[in-house]
Amino acid sequence: MASEKAIKQKARLSNSNLLFLIASVIFVLMYLFAIISYPGSFLQFQTFFDLFNLNAPLIIMTFGLCIVMIGGGIDISIGSVCGLVTMACAVYLEKRSGSIAGAILLSMGIGILFGILHGYLIAYLEIQPFIITLSGLFLAQGLLTTLHKNPLNVTMPAFVNLRDFNIVITWLGTRNRLGVFIPCQIKPGTIIVAVLLVIFASLMKWSRFGRNVYAVGGNSHSAMMLGINVKRTKFITYVISGLTAGIAGFVYIMTTGAGNIGNAAGAEMKAIASAIMGGTLLNGGVGNLLGAPIGTLTLLVINELIRAAGVQSNFQAIVSGLLLYLFIILQSIIMSLRDRKRFTVALPPWLHLSGKGQA
Amino acid sequence: MLSETILEMKDISKSFPGVKALDGVDFKLREGEIHALMGENGAGKSTLIKVITGVYEKDAGLITLHGKPIHFRSPQEAQNNGIGTVYQEIMLCPNLTVAENMFIGRSHTPIVNWKEMNEKAARLLDSLGIPASPIQELSTCSIAVQQMIAIARAVDMDCRILILDEPTSSLDEDEVQKLFELMRALKAQGVGIIFITHFLEQVYEISDRITVLRNGKLIGEYKTSSLPQIELISKMLGSELEDISTIRKHEPVASDAGIPVFEAVGLSSAAGVRPFDFTIHKGEVNGFAGLLGSGRSESVRAIFAADKVTGGEVRIHGKRVKIKTPLHAIKHGIGYLPEDRKGDGIIEDLSVRDNIILTLQVLKGLFKPFSLKEAEKFAEEYIKKLNIKTPTSNTPIRSLSGGNQQKVILARWLLTNLEYLILDEPTRGIDVGTKVEIQKLVIRLASGGMSLTFISSEIDEMLRTCSRLIVMKDREIVGELRGTDLTENDVMHMIAQGGKS
Repeated sequence: MASEKAIKQKARLSNSNLLFLIASVIFVLMYLFAIISYPGSFLQFQTFFDLFNLNAPLIIMTFGLCIVMIGGGIDISIGSVCGLVTMACAVYLEKRSGSIAGAILLSMGIGILFGILHGYLIAYLEIQPFIITLSGLFLAQGLLTTLHKNPLNVTMPAFVNLRDFNIVITWLGTRNRLGVFIPCQIKPGTIIVAVLLVIFASLMKWSRFGRNVYAVGGNSHSAMMLGINVKRTKFITYVISGLTAGIAGFVYIMTTGAGNIGNAAGAEMKAIASAIMGGTLLNGGVGNLLGAPIGTLTLLVINELIRAAGVQSNFQAIVSGLLLYLFIILQSIIMSLRDRKRFTVALPPWLHLSGKGQA
Repeated sequence: MLSETILEMKDISKSFPGVKALDGVDFKLREGEIHALMGENGAGKSTLIKVITGVYEKDAGLITLHGKPIHFRSPQEAQNNGIGTVYQEIMLCPNLTVAENMFIGRSHTPIVNWKEMNEKAARLLDSLGIPASPIQELSTCSIAVQQMIAIARAVDMDCRILILDEPTSSLDEDEVQKLFELMRALKAQGVGIIFITHFLEQVYEISDRITVLRNGKLIGEYKTSSLPQIELISKMLGSELEDISTIRKHEPVASDAGIPVFEAVGLSSAAGVRPFDFTIHKGEVNGFAGLLGSGRSESVRAIFAADKVTGGEVRIHGKRVKIKTPLHAIKHGIGYLPEDRKGDGIIEDLSVRDNIILTLQVLKGLFKPFSLKEAEKFAEEYIKKLNIKTPTSNTPIRSLSGGNQQKVILARWLLTNLEYLILDEPTRGIDVGTKVEIQKLVIRLASGGMSLTFISSEIDEMLRTCSRLIVMKDREIVGELRGTDLTENDVMHMIAQGGKS
């Protein structure tokens, strides 16, 4: 018999891990390219942290979306829900009875409510997720404009303090032209991103629920035959996605400090693009939560690069569109090459499974 | 016998509206036995399996497991009582690892212990001799290994009875051997295995006993070693060897002269039929004979390019042509009446008239529609010609009986001035009167100069209409029979001997 080590060598990289690896390599290459082209800005740690500081809501939304997509669904309501939450928080905080804890609960509550609604309709009534979450998108948008039409700045002192709060890393930073040391600053949103990343990545890797999501996304009929509660699993993915959209909304207003009709508009599309660039497949069953921030950062670095190059903003959109095409084509080329290899190329003898070739 | 009975079914009956699927069937499975369940389409094999596993409820009869009466309401319940089922289609998740596929949906702890799971899986894979690693993604395993992993999962759930429903239909020979090794290992551990397959050779290679069903009735239980293949076939097809007498109503038309209308050399398709040669002349009626799953449908589907053609050369009237899609075939005057009437043939919500003119419309071009008047004229003509029983030509086809639906599809093809028409089980599930009408029509079309290929599960039907029978077994042509005084006996002998020579 083959020794166990010999068998272990044979195990190929899973599709999820392969796509994650590709995403990571692309991100690193992209960032290196950015550093080489614009060392002045990209070589600063603050630039790297600012990617998180300014885009935490997008990354948080992408977590939930990734989980829904791995389960074989889609949620395009997240941007609007996030926007609605910012305005709801602004209105609430401007009231005399408002408190920050209340605002956090309100954000998560709104998100979870949308998640429960969508999850129920999609999982239990088996309606197309695209249509349901499109309806959710409109509903949230409508509620947002009904709530308050004009931009609303939050003036509550406790909140303003929170908004302006920064964690200063004294040992890390850069010297400016005058030689003054400027330490790096991290916003609370970045911490939330880090915490959620650990929570959700662990959930997907080590919890029964997480593995069930993969199974459902891989083949929902088989998952059912294997004894998995498919409907409940799907339902929960949408609740999580609603929850992350709610959290994203709170982090959004914590960063900008104002409710606005335009808040997080179109963020769902950026989140989908980020998820895909991070190695999550639209067909479900394949993806890695660690890929969510990687994908988002790749997209952002592309945008930063284009902006640094001084190209007009309409070109930014064109270039990110083209790069997204390129990226997805690259993914499918690699995947199909891989499949063809499996059928035509025989295994080298030292990897042979029967163990006959073992010395 | 020393071996103990695990499962016993007595006098099982099950009816569906209009059909008696099982009629007083007995079945017995012993410990450490591989028991083949045989029968043609509609014999009741899958109904019997579904009664065991609790998918269907039986109408009457008694099932005992280890001597205790049982009554399962769901496959889950059957599984919990030690009855594992592995279906032809693999019910596993391709994107999960091998170990996960073996254990997912079974644990009650919220946390996955990968280390423990992988170790348990490795031990199980090793003990069953399955060549896979626990941490490998399932999609990287061959179909056979995936099948084995499904079996391993069932085995690990303490199953004493394993039901394998056509597990070998998509496996190649090496893979089948690997599966058989696993089955033998399980047998040695005392597991009773119910094995369903269409491959006769496999039945003789692996099984200890055979139970034959036909039309929902038990024909008998036999020891494999004492039941010759030829007898098994005749029991499945339902004609005793001695008293086969065919009534020949029509003299088959045959002409081997001249250039064939259609000629194929080394034709093969993605559906898995071995490369074969085939010719048909003007006015000839020939047929592919063989048991269900022998590859007869796959062969004609390859001719019509209904499955992806993977090799071979095709000539029409001696000229080499390319037929890669059904539309090419239609444009070269070939028509195909599929076995699966519902899936491949009719469009249920369209009217009889629209179903009749469908192919003609495609040939004419979609942007030059027929006027209602023209369409009506065609429809009326063929409704009369083929004696289609429908209230009006505007009636949706789904409300017609099976036989009349079949005639509508026939009309559709006849309208296009075919040279060559393939009929795959045109008489299945239709009443006797219509059957005879269709047979007569086949003969009439042939005398009018059309070439036809006719396939039927009922051999006597083919003997009555075909002048040449191509005999298939296990996806290969094993011989050819021609002449006017063929009997079912000849055909069965050829099927039985075919694989051995």
